[in-house]
Amino acid sequence: MTSAAASQGALLSVEGLSIHFGGLVAVDRATFEVREGEVLSLIGPNGAGKTTAFNAITGYLAPSAGEIRFRGTRLNGLKPNQVAELGLVRTFQKTSVFGGRSVLENVLIGLHLRSKQRPLAILLGLPSVAREERTLEAEARRILEFVGLSARALETGGALPYGEQRLLEIAVALAARPQLLLLDEPVSGMNPVETESFMAKLAEIRALGVTVLLVEHDMKMVMGVSDRIVCLNQGRIIASGTPAEIRRDPEVIRAYLGERYARAHG
Amino acid sequence: MKGALTVLWLAFLVSIPLWMTNQYILHILIVTGIFIVAAMSLNLLLGYTGQLSLGHVAFFGIGAYASALVSLGFSVQLAPGVTLALAPNPVWCGMLAAIVVSGAFGWFIGRISFKVRGAYFVIVSISFAEVVRLVAVNWVELTQGPMALNNIPPLTLWLPGVGEHAFWKKPANYWLILGVAVVSYVLIRRLVHSRAGRAMIALRENEPLATSVGIDVTRYLVLTTVCSAAMAGAAGALYAHYVRIVDPDVFLFIYTVTMVIMVITGGKGTLAGPIVGGLIFGLLPETLRAAAIPPEAQWIVYGVLMILILYFLPAGIVPAVRQGWQRRRRDPAASPAGP
Amino acid sequence: MDQLLQHGLNALMLGGTYALLGIGLTLIFGIMRVVNFTHGELYAFGAYMMYMLVMLTGANFFVALVLAVALGVALGAAIEFVLLRKLRGADIDTTMLVMIGAWIALQNAEQLAWSGVAKSIDNPFPTAPLVIGAVSVAWNRVFVFAVALVLIAATYALINHTRLGKAMRATFQDRDTAALMGIQIGTIHTATFALGSGLAAAAGALLGPVFVAYPTMGDLAAEKAFAVVILGGLGNIAGATVGGFILALVEELGAGYISSGYRDAMGFLLIIVILAFRPTGLFAQKERIG
Repeated sequence: MTSAAASQGALLSVEGLSIHFGGLVAVDRATFEVREGEVLSLIGPNGAGKTTAFNAITGYLAPSAGEIRFRGTRLNGLKPNQVAELGLVRTFQKTSVFGGRSVLENVLIGLHLRSKQRPLAILLGLPSVAREERTLEAEARRILEFVGLSARALETGGALPYGEQRLLEIAVALAARPQLLLLDEPVSGMNPVETESFMAKLAEIRALGVTVLLVEHDMKMVMGVSDRIVCLNQGRIIASGTPAEIRRDPEVIRAYLGERYARAHG
Repeated sequence: MKGALTVLWLAFLVSIPLWMTNQYILHILIVTGIFIVAAMSLNLLLGYTGQLSLGHVAFFGIGAYASALVSLGFSVQLAPGVTLALAPNPVWCGMLAAIVVSGAFGWFIGRISFKVRGAYFVIVSISFAEVVRLVAVNWVELTQGPMALNNIPPLTLWLPGVGEHAFWKKPANYWLILGVAVVSYVLIRRLVHSRAGRAMIALRENEPLATSVGIDVTRYLVLTTVCSAAMAGAAGALYAHYVRIVDPDVFLFIYTVTMVIMVITGGKGTLAGPIVGGLIFGLLPETLRAAAIPPEAQWIVYGVLMILILYFLPAGIVPAVRQGWQRRRRDPAASPAGP
Repeated sequence: MDQLLQHGLNALMLGGTYALLGIGLTLIFGIMRVVNFTHGELYAFGAYMMYMLVMLTGANFFVALVLAVALGVALGAAIEFVLLRKLRGADIDTTMLVMIGAWIALQNAEQLAWSGVAKSIDNPFPTAPLVIGAVSVAWNRVFVFAVALVLIAATYALINHTRLGKAMRATFQDRDTAALMGIQIGTIHTATFALGSGLAAAAGALLGPVFVAYPTMGDLAAEKAFAVVILGGLGNIAGATVGGFILALVEELGAGYISSGYRDAMGFLLIIVILAFRPTGLFAQKERIG
């Protein structure tokens, strides 16, 4: 699996990424890459800089230094919607849906980039607009079917139970047809059953050809789905490798469990 | 069923000048109609995109002045030796100019609104309207200042079967405004039920999420403001050629407030809201006047009414009625998510 | 040169009241995040109270001044308590619109009570101006300037050297933490609104006798208050003080050298220009990283 992924080349390359907030260094010269078709997980204690890195990659934050490239295209300085147009779509750490709209409408909004309606055509009420609306609705329903929310199509997004809202988030992100999906703690707050179910869904998303960059705390999930793992601590990358390698890495153990544990278990 | 109801309703509206002999009431309906068009345009900004624009009357007034000036002709000295002059043009040219000029100002405000957010944008929009008003008052060479532009010609159209028709009389103006209102409604409806409409609503509901799926904030803010301003400009032009006199008072903040009240109480972000609000606050002054209540007291009533509605029906009248209607039908498939 | 000096002196005399208006609004806007559309009406209220007390009931000018300010404070507290309390969690649109409703109701109530005719208010100062070399200034304006300075200093002392002031500053910085620290946010809000309204009423009570009182006088005052707030930065009292004088100066110079008709436009233009280039105000503190 690994050798196959390596030969495909880097989809996303992050080089020397540094993010400073005044005197605070949130991310310090991080360098890593995401290869086509893999699932890469970013782990690390709270405050390690994971979400900050996400924000910089997807254009919500300007990096202080470093290069971010997606298939060779420089992402530095692009606005979030431009990053999405290139094929990177992210989810948010705090559940983020269009709370006042129906589930179906949420996904329809996600299909924004797939739609080609021009303002003039809209105002003139041309039949092409109505035709595309029907196509989009069918596509939205397909996506809802994929994540398992078909029954909820007409319910208000904000009224869904927590686990289903997270699924809705995924549906909206998938609607934007990402090549690289950045998931920010997708299973936080989920019970073990929901987490298992999500892991299966992630495998299905991979099968669609989507590369995944994941930030997660749930170690069982991370070990279970990742091809490679990168560990951050206090803004710096302290280890990277396969799940097996990471599990044994002394730096990682020290970062998570502290100095004493590391010394006690050598 | 719904389509039949709409046709009946429209037929009723069209018929009014045929049996309503009271010219004053017709006048009230015409002015209300103009305000409804302006309110619908404000709803696009305030209701759908969530932009707190309180300078809307500026677009209305700019449209009025633009159309009046283009149809009357003007001549101003911009600098020693540099004169800008325009000969009088047909009224429909003026109306087109109104739409374009207002739209252009809308573009300018739209670009600013991206950079300046929230409460600051409120202040900027109000300031913008006031500056425009003060220019109208002081640039007497162009606008005649407080002495007003008068003798503005009415719209003249070539109609099949009638030939050249000048819109002097009230019934003609009523039908004109009804036509414009219907067209505006249809345009807004199409916009809202499209990809563009969804993008606007998405920006209002959750901007970070909207951008993460590729929605360009600036583009849609500007698109909305341009459409909204152009429509308000059209309403202003209609006003200028109906009332046939335009003075800087057309830029008073109180008119923005009137439009805002109409949109908010009717139901912002709904298609019917501005119409309901417009009818209430267009016709309410007349009923209050009939009861011999002084205008100041009327405004106190509006102020209090607005506060009450904001407390008890914060989404407006139309959504409240809709919810009540759905609860009565007790239809399990009915979704509470409105348009 | 003399003309310039005269403009400068005029601006100085007026700037203090603009500062009062601005400080009041920056506190309300900053601590409560409310776009206070009634601010101008409190200004008008102060002027009308002076009219009522001095002209209609024959009270002593200085006593009336104190009373007018006190009444302004009371009205502010009442508005906050009756209208804003219930809207604590509401979004900014709703609050703003409620304020607009209150503004309409207040302004028309004033118009109803005292009619639209402008009212002049007698003052006990000599009419002959104070002449200093090539410039001159009316005594009543000097009084206005002096009182304004005193009030600005008093407000500054309140905010920076009292417990209430400290609580207000804490609420401005981080409302949630302040609440967790045991600060009664409700009381702070009422106090802030009352204080801000009192300052606006003071400005009106001071300027009413200098100019005249008329029902829509509050609108321009409100606009100038907003201009000062944007100049000085949200919640920044020192900034609002400086901003008040800057605005007065810009207005004086604009009226003097461009056109008197555009005097009032200066404030609006300043707002647009500043926000176009610095969307969070001229001296704004960095907002918290969200």
